[in-house]
Amino acid sequence: MIGIGETVKISLRALRSNKMRSFLTMLGMIIGVGAVVAMLAIGQGASRKISEQIASMGSNMLLVLPGAQTSGGLRMGMGTQMTLTYDDALAIERECSAVSAVAPSVQGVVQLVYGNQNWSTVVYGTTPGIFEVRDLTMKSGRPLLDQDVRNSTKVCVLGQTVVDNLFGDTDPVGQIIRIKKVPFVVVGVVDERGPNAFGHDQDDVAYIPLTTAQKKILGTKFSGTVRSIGVKAKSADLLDKAEEQITELLKQRHRIGPRGEADFTVRNLTQLMQTAQESSRVMTLLLGAIASVSLLVGGIGIMNIMLVSVTERTREIGIRMAVGARTWDIRFQFLMEALTLALIGGIIGILVGWLTSIWIGRMAGWSIFVSPLAIVLAFSFSALVGIFFGFYPAYKASLMQPVDALRYE
Amino acid sequence: MALIETQDIHKIYAMDENPVYALNGVTLSIDKGEFVAIMGPSGSGKSTFMSILGCLDKPTRGTYKLDGIEVDRMTRDELARVRNEKIGFVFQGYNLLSRANALENVELPMIYRGVPASERRKRALEALKIMGLADRAHHLPSQLSGGQQQRVAIARSLVNNAPLLMADEPTGNLDTKTSIEIMELLVRLNEESGITIVLVTHESDIAAFSHRIVRFLDGRVVSDERKG
Repeated sequence: MIGIGETVKISLRALRSNKMRSFLTMLGMIIGVGAVVAMLAIGQGASRKISEQIASMGSNMLLVLPGAQTSGGLRMGMGTQMTLTYDDALAIERECSAVSAVAPSVQGVVQLVYGNQNWSTVVYGTTPGIFEVRDLTMKSGRPLLDQDVRNSTKVCVLGQTVVDNLFGDTDPVGQIIRIKKVPFVVVGVVDERGPNAFGHDQDDVAYIPLTTAQKKILGTKFSGTVRSIGVKAKSADLLDKAEEQITELLKQRHRIGPRGEADFTVRNLTQLMQTAQESSRVMTLLLGAIASVSLLVGGIGIMNIMLVSVTERTREIGIRMAVGARTWDIRFQFLMEALTLALIGGIIGILVGWLTSIWIGRMAGWSIFVSPLAIVLAFSFSALVGIFFGFYPAYKASLMQPVDALRYE
Repeated sequence: MALIETQDIHKIYAMDENPVYALNGVTLSIDKGEFVAIMGPSGSGKSTFMSILGCLDKPTRGTYKLDGIEVDRMTRDELARVRNEKIGFVFQGYNLLSRANALENVELPMIYRGVPASERRKRALEALKIMGLADRAHHLPSQLSGGQQQRVAIARSLVNNAPLLMADEPTGNLDTKTSIEIMELLVRLNEESGITIVLVTHESDIAAFSHRIVRFLDGRVVSDERKG
């Protein structure tokens, strides 16, 4: 039995002796594998981008907004009616079993001042629940606490963008800033999140206690009302259940019949994003499938060239058989040759696909992700193509009669 | 003691309508150490018989014992092994691998026998040295003359220490002077190493180097003469 090392040597020599032909055959594989890798990179890049956005938004999140969304009659626009209250939020937290946290908030764009620096940002008056609802983590300092809300303390937690603009290199925790001329102590900084799905900078933000905001900063016409209530469901499976429970509870509290039009809206942001992610996944599969067709064509090219090669080298096969090559030795040799073609083509294809996807990503401004799995997949798929399409030619070669092969002109 | 024993060998090629009877009952025995020439006009069946003796083809009927082993009903892979271990081939067209150099060509039978690389190299170089080609080891066949190529082929047939050397018109492509050199080389191998040689030729002056001439006609042995 012949060894693998010997066979690889024989294959490489055979491929080298016909460089142009080997290269063209490989080109088929290069294009096929390259296309698959590039398409998967683009598709997975989009998927990952959406996943990141979902994660940055806070997972399993619902948003309850005042005002009605459905048409009919004159509407002043969502949020113009202040129908949601702090008590609604507390009731949701207390009575909806599928809910794990709520964050009622008011918000407004306000000027912040520190020393001689100033910066305008979105200030949220909210409760400690916001940290759980949005999956916020602390970079330094502490989050808002229940007693901050209870006592209307003048403390704030800042996003990184605000810190960068107001403080530069100074540690902000413990410093005093002015929000609408009211002094606040900075007690913490939250970790960076990056832009959200709509390009909005989620780090350009300041959180202050809800009660403080209502009294001092964002005084509302109707006291006790809030602009929105963020809700976190206990799990992704319970999102629909939570939505149902909140709708039912709020209708009851607002004295609206089961068929009456609600004066609030429950938005399921996570679900929205998951739908987007699902469609990007389908897109990836579709792109990959189309690219696979060219890989298939590359495989057929290998088979074609191997069949030609087997015929051309009939005499070589005869010589090898005459000196003692067995069926498997011959089969292995040609299979190895096809495999070598496919794998070298595959490896170059992976590189080409990688570079192409980076280039496309840069030109089109898409996010690209070449996953290790896609590379392993592309590599093993090329091997599979080599074995599959190399098998028939190798089989044909190995079944030649030595006497006929030797006499072949 | 007989190295080759055939008993009533028939070979029929089944063409669509008319079967071709290439061999019609050949019974022949060749002892170890003999140097036999097989002669006959083309179509006499000598090449077919040669292929069967060389285990490159199987008889349709009849038995063939090589070195005491019945090979006529062996599988492809068993025959490959017999060829590898017991038979060396020298052909009219040399049949060297064109992309491999002389050394690699000589190494070929040992590759399929699983001889380790260093040992292979040593034995191949030795065989080339015996053939007077030590300085041509790294030349491709196309860079060698016909006589040199045939000597590479002979070296290849020797490296596995096969007891039988089958030579099919070994001088067919060579000029007279080189032909005589090659034949003298074969005679020397036969005399010094005791290798049994079966030579197929249609030239009587080439056959004259052998000790025994078997003539074929229409798939049968028509004469079997021993010298001296």
